Amino acid sequence: MNRSAQTVLIGVAALALIFAPLYLGAYSLTLLGRVLALSIAAIGICVVWGRGGILSLGQGLFFGLGGYALAMHLKLMATAKGELPDFMVYNGVEALPWFWKPFVSAPFALLMVLILPAAAAGLIAWLMFRRRITGVYVSIITQALVLAFVTWLNGSQGLTSGTNGITDFQMFLGINLRGESVARGLYWVTLLILGLCLAATALLLRTHFGAILTAIKDNENRVRFLGYNPAAYKIAAFALGGLLSGVSGALYTLHLGTISPAMIGVTFSIELVVWVALGGRSSLIGAVGGLILGNLAKDKISSAAPDAWLYVMGGLFVLVVLVLPQGVAGLLNHRRVRRTVPSVRREVKEVTDIA
Amino acid sequence: MKKDIHARKRHLTLLLTLGVLGGAALAQDTIKVGILHSLTGTMSISEITVANAAQLAVDEINAGSGVMGKKIMVVKEDGASDWPTFATKAEKLLTQDKVAAVFGGWTSASRKSMLPVFEKNGGLLFYPVQFEGNECSPNIVYTGAQPNQQALPALDWAMGKGYKTIFLLGSDYVYPRTANLILKKHITDMKGTLAGEEYVPLGGTEFSSVINKIKAAKPDVIINTLNGDSNVSFFKQYQAAGYSAKTLPVISFSIAEQEAQSIGPALLTGQYATWNYFQSLPNAANKKFVAAYQKKYGKNTAITDPMAHAYMDVYLWKAAVEKAKSFDPMAVRKAIVGISMDSPLGKITVDANGSLTQAVYTGMSGAGGQFKVISQSKGVVAPQPYDKLAFPGKTCP
Amino acid sequence: MDPVFLSGQLFTGLSVASLLLLTALGLALSFGLMRVINMAHGEFLMIGGYLTFIAAKLMGPGFLWLAFPLAFVGTALLGALLEFTVIRRLYGRPLDTLLATWGISLILQQAARQIFGSTGVPVTAPAWLSGAVVVHGGVLDGLTFPHVRLFVIVLSALVLGGMWWLLNRSPFGMHVRAVNQNREVAASLGVNTRRLDMLVFALGAGIAGVAGVGLALLSPVNPTVGAAYIVNAFLVVVVGGVGSVLGAGAAALLLGFTTALAEGLTSSSLAQSIMLILVVVFLQWKPKGLFPTQSRALEET
Repeated sequence: MNRSAQTVLIGVAALALIFAPLYLGAYSLTLLGRVLALSIAAIGICVVWGRGGILSLGQGLFFGLGGYALAMHLKLMATAKGELPDFMVYNGVEALPWFWKPFVSAPFALLMVLILPAAAAGLIAWLMFRRRITGVYVSIITQALVLAFVTWLNGSQGLTSGTNGITDFQMFLGINLRGESVARGLYWVTLLILGLCLAATALLLRTHFGAILTAIKDNENRVRFLGYNPAAYKIAAFALGGLLSGVSGALYTLHLGTISPAMIGVTFSIELVVWVALGGRSSLIGAVGGLILGNLAKDKISSAAPDAWLYVMGGLFVLVVLVLPQGVAGLLNHRRVRRTVPSVRREVKEVTDIA
Repeated sequence: MKKDIHARKRHLTLLLTLGVLGGAALAQDTIKVGILHSLTGTMSISEITVANAAQLAVDEINAGSGVMGKKIMVVKEDGASDWPTFATKAEKLLTQDKVAAVFGGWTSASRKSMLPVFEKNGGLLFYPVQFEGNECSPNIVYTGAQPNQQALPALDWAMGKGYKTIFLLGSDYVYPRTANLILKKHITDMKGTLAGEEYVPLGGTEFSSVINKIKAAKPDVIINTLNGDSNVSFFKQYQAAGYSAKTLPVISFSIAEQEAQSIGPALLTGQYATWNYFQSLPNAANKKFVAAYQKKYGKNTAITDPMAHAYMDVYLWKAAVEKAKSFDPMAVRKAIVGISMDSPLGKITVDANGSLTQAVYTGMSGAGGQFKVISQSKGVVAPQPYDKLAFPGKTCP
Repeated sequence: MDPVFLSGQLFTGLSVASLLLLTALGLALSFGLMRVINMAHGEFLMIGGYLTFIAAKLMGPGFLWLAFPLAFVGTALLGALLEFTVIRRLYGRPLDTLLATWGISLILQQAARQIFGSTGVPVTAPAWLSGAVVVHGGVLDGLTFPHVRLFVIVLSALVLGGMWWLLNRSPFGMHVRAVNQNREVAASLGVNTRRLDMLVFALGAGIAGVAGVGLALLSPVNPTVGAAYIVNAFLVVVVGGVGSVLGAGAAALLLGFTTALAEGLTSSSLAQSIMLILVVVFLQWKPKGLFPTQSRALEET
């Protein structure tokens, strides 16, 4: 597919999304809104994995931090002044824990939605990349971290509401979340944020930063020998990925009206990555599109044939990896496939040469 | 997504109206209800059979005269053991399929995530599983046991048998923690001793440390709120450590006939469980239910308390619809209060708070994974969503 | 602290270590030697469990003697099939094997659900394993060593020893190590690397099957049980040092005793979080694990 056709296609898709509330039914719109919120996390994965070559299986951790930061504020808003959130009462907690207190303020909570995930991702990345932990190790460590986080959330019921998660929100910034037209407004807000994140990330990837990142993926040592510090770039990319996951988590929480540990766990984190792979990990549009279409397909197939959908999903994963290593976006853009696949082979060969 | 795009670009409210009218026109002689359980994932172990039981009741009603002359059409959805999926599918059932009622949910987390959806869209959910109480939504009919209909009667029974030193063991989630919080208050109140309290991560399979702690604490009895297959690991390892029902009895709140079968009845012989229903209950409604279920789903299928509740829920809904002479969820919710029927559980009545007044049984596990009822409540027990001792002053609105 | 409780926790540590090791040894082969991230490894453990159930149905009380060969051969054949159809096409793309095998794990889970039902199947240890060695008298009066746990400890030690021998003392192991060090040179010297890849992967799967038999004696056998082991199994391999069988053994002991200590001092739930965080901290100190593979290569693939 040539470039102009691609631009037209993206333009049509964007228009269709902007006007979706005018022609979609209530359920379809809610579903689409949720999936769009989720797809912001896909942008992060595209940066971290597609461009940086770092496969994180722990994006749920940052997604959860963003989601919980907002949920804590929403829960406090839904609680009468001077009272404790209901789940704390039922767990015998007598005073509001210190880390809950500042979340009364909406600006603080919104700031935390951005800062907490980015800082956590930055810290984890600093710990890993400083010690030159790479590849598969990163995947396994991040997976362990998300499992640790989920286990802690489950076990700290009085502080986090445990497995039930934080639910039952009412007001946000003076808007009644259960109001009639909220779904449409939230949809457009989500779409706007998605658009902004996409545009900002696309611009960022065109800069020097993006070029170095791709270079690190192709050959980290060569970048190091050229006098760059790859760790710094990787940490920055990882923090950005965390930030985007956090924003996604906060929006998703708002759409769903709840956040719980099961929503952000190991399976969730892997699924995110898989849908991105399906769409095309190194293309922003591919990653976002893959996540959106993948999740919509999941909803449809699991409704139509609950018994069969694991087969379909499992088969799809295998097929994509075998037949479309660069995802659907790679299929549409042959040039990119030719450019990246041989570089992987070359790298393998070089290492054996050195050994 | 593309399929359900209504091709007309109209104002949203107009579209919604059209949707309702369209749905109504299509459904002249059928009425839609939703069944929303996990058909895949970790919870499917428990929930598939519950979905089957609800389906059985629907089939029976359809084989008869239906509900107010209409056949019931089931829209079956998979919650996939994933709480956001429950919320999403509930939303689909309410706004797209426009179902009159939904039968579903198992874990508290799935119920909590569906609750805002039902309240926002004015839907009605029938929830069939025992739970921790502390919730009283006008859009949910909670037919499973409240803590005072399972946990507390079990404690009374244990104390009555002279088991005064109690060890609380559970999976790390809401039901065990809340149930144990309530139990601890009552243990102190009844001059018993708490020997210890331990939680294992959901799905946990390693009990070596836990059993070692139990050994050091020397309790008379264990009250067990482990969830799902953690029970299998626990009983295998408990037996390997040399324990049996004679040396250290266990009372479980989440082990029914089906779980007994997958644990292996031999491991469980002589252990206790407390429920509102056992497959062995001798009443006529139950005999009919057991026979019908086994005819449809296999001769030796185990039948459990949540299944019996789910089966009965459909009949409760039917009775309420006929009383209200309307399928409107809120009219049905209003009409359901006070309805009384002879169910497989025995005589039940719906309380004003949307829970059941029902009997409580303690059973002893025997060969073949069946429980023999060895003790039962005096008459029926009224539901108390908020425990008076643990959460004083809280009541349903 | 009570000496019986303390020594009980020490035994717990050993027992947990043996289970961790059993679940991780198959991975140490496929992940450690072939860089294949097999997310379906947990499902091989599960299949081992179901094959144990089938053996018990066929044989009755003496089923273990059938269960081990059945589980080994059954899962090894499945592993070979998987290698031939999928894994073979993904060498050199370890992160892609992760995604593909995740898909395979979903398919295997659903297949198990449709064949055996979503409810788990009962597997009960035979009578000769159901007792326990109990200490009488002295300060350790009442200390219990369940036969099943002793059996699993012996089993994991045997599998570890067998694997070590196979890799370090047999001609097969020499080929494996040769290919692992330099695939192209090994191939040019006449090693059939394709066949070897398949054998190694099948062997890893077969070991998982054997582990599944041991696990079935202590844990449930159901379609989703594999997920309970997979994360910890990977951690054992990473902490041990990718490619080192003895490293996996040492790592399992380290993690086992840490878990037992944390569980003894806190709760089972908190202990899991503590253990996971400690592993991440440990990797700060030794990023290549306890026994890193010596290599002059600048970077690993």
